[in-house]
Amino acid sequence: MEPLPLQVETKRKLHVLSYASTKKRSDYLWAYIMIAPTMIGLFVFYLWPMLQTFYFSFTEWGAFGTYEWIGLKNYTRMLTDVNLLQSFKNTGIYILCTVPLGIFLSILVAVLLNQKIKGTTIYRTLYFLPVITMPAAIAMVWKWLYNSDFGLLNYLLSFIGIEGPQWLTNPNIALYSIIAVAIWSGIGYNMVIFLSGLQGIPKTYYEAAEMDGAGPVTMFFKITLPLLSPVIFFVSIMSLIGAFQFFDLIFMMISKSSTALENTQSIVYLFYQHAFVLNDKGYAAAIAVLLLVVILIITVIQMALQKKWVHYD
Amino acid sequence: MQKSIQFVRSKTFLIHFILIMGSIVMLFPFVWMILTSLKTYAESIQVPPVMIPEDFQWKNYQEVFTLLPFFKFMMNTFIVTVLRTAGQLFLCSLAAYAFARIVFPGRNLLFVLALSVLMVPGQVFLLPQYMIMVKLGWLNTLQAVVVPGLFSAFGTFLLRQFFMGLPKELEEAARLDGCNHFQIYWRIMLPLAKPGLIALGIFTILWSWNELMWPMIVNSSPEAMTLAVGLSSLQGQYGTNYPILMAGSFLAVLPMLILFIILQKQFIEGIAITGGK
Repeated sequence: MEPLPLQVETKRKLHVLSYASTKKRSDYLWAYIMIAPTMIGLFVFYLWPMLQTFYFSFTEWGAFGTYEWIGLKNYTRMLTDVNLLQSFKNTGIYILCTVPLGIFLSILVAVLLNQKIKGTTIYRTLYFLPVITMPAAIAMVWKWLYNSDFGLLNYLLSFIGIEGPQWLTNPNIALYSIIAVAIWSGIGYNMVIFLSGLQGIPKTYYEAAEMDGAGPVTMFFKITLPLLSPVIFFVSIMSLIGAFQFFDLIFMMISKSSTALENTQSIVYLFYQHAFVLNDKGYAAAIAVLLLVVILIITVIQMALQKKWVHYD
Repeated sequence: MQKSIQFVRSKTFLIHFILIMGSIVMLFPFVWMILTSLKTYAESIQVPPVMIPEDFQWKNYQEVFTLLPFFKFMMNTFIVTVLRTAGQLFLCSLAAYAFARIVFPGRNLLFVLALSVLMVPGQVFLLPQYMIMVKLGWLNTLQAVVVPGLFSAFGTFLLRQFFMGLPKELEEAARLDGCNHFQIYWRIMLPLAKPGLIALGIFTILWSWNELMWPMIVNSSPEAMTLAVGLSSLQGQYGTNYPILMAGSFLAVLPMLILFIILQKQFIEGIAITGGK
């Protein structure tokens, strides 16, 4: 075939090119239209506020919504704030109790539910109930169970000769009473995630191990736990971040005048107090920033540690 | 042989025993909530405790509605939940489709920006969000609760994962037929991402129904209160009248309970999806 004259060739190329680029341009346009609502929303309500909070953490607030730059004063104030220190301690205790114990119990339930037994659906439903329940309502019913005069818990304890404590007003106990409720309400959620992780472990592994004469305990530690470790890692990160932000239960269960408040209030509770009760918004912003930094550091540490214990296939 | 059957039996028995004990601990607070809600005040503070009330005091429930505009709270919560869920499902899936399926300049940068919201604890946004609401004059309105909840980095991320897993051929065929991106998204991709949409939907429903802090910050008038906030104010006013408080709590929980019983499978699979990835 006679080669096309150069001019025609270029013209055709140009035509193809411009067709492709209009198509591309329409692609871009569609993409921007489709992401616009979410991106604008995220920008206005999340990304910009994030920057503003950083800025506010260097300001002090007056009575009528006015604020002035005070440099690092909010941050230096933290160093001597006994309440903040205490709230970190409380949050730390809360995390150290709820995260490991919660994970342990939900793995236990998940492993039991993964056995060949009847009624697993009913069990699963019952353990999941607290997950769908409003924390405010959970707080209310547990407050009632914990009630030191008429509560059922102390009545039951009296049968075995124990005089029940003041669960929510004794400063040494209140935090642990809340922790118990938090674990109770969180088991179902993690259990479901672990259960789907367990169902992903091939049955053949267990069959092979059984032929080698491994007992259930060996199988659990040699097969189940290592293969579940990515899920455990994920759940521990999510539980930790969640636990750092605990608020609802304290807010509902501990009254503002309670002597136990100091020993139960979390970082977020303190944030709420400063931001919306005391109108100390600059300091509240600094607390929020500190919380962010602490969560980031701990997540990074967890990420670094995961290589030591998480097994990916 | 006989021995091993016995072993299996006793093992099964032990598993059931542990699970039943656990189930009692899980279920009992709910039972106690309902029982208390049907007692008279005198019965509720009797020692030793009355287990089953003599006459069921249904009027406790009536009272909840007369003491506080509880029906209004329910409607408010319902509206907030429906709008947030519908909004998130539509807006997140729209953005997720574009992020997963279209190559465009700035895609990675914008996606990382959206993701950064996921890493940050909610309290970091709260103060400025509150101030936006003040400026817009939205305090004590439902839109103050609804609007910030329409946008979700989490939802966008979750659905993007779903869209990325779908085969490319479908889309190419549709493009050859002259479909534009919205048509591909709406007619082809959305139906295929149903499990992801259900998961996000359930997640958003639970969160909207149960959330306490944000609605409490922006809405303190009963007109625009949600149930969680309403419960907290019920507690403030009737601090020790537990039959009333339990009736209110049960009413606040009941709609989610019914929904859960109807959609059990979807709830549990949905949570497994959002957690398992």
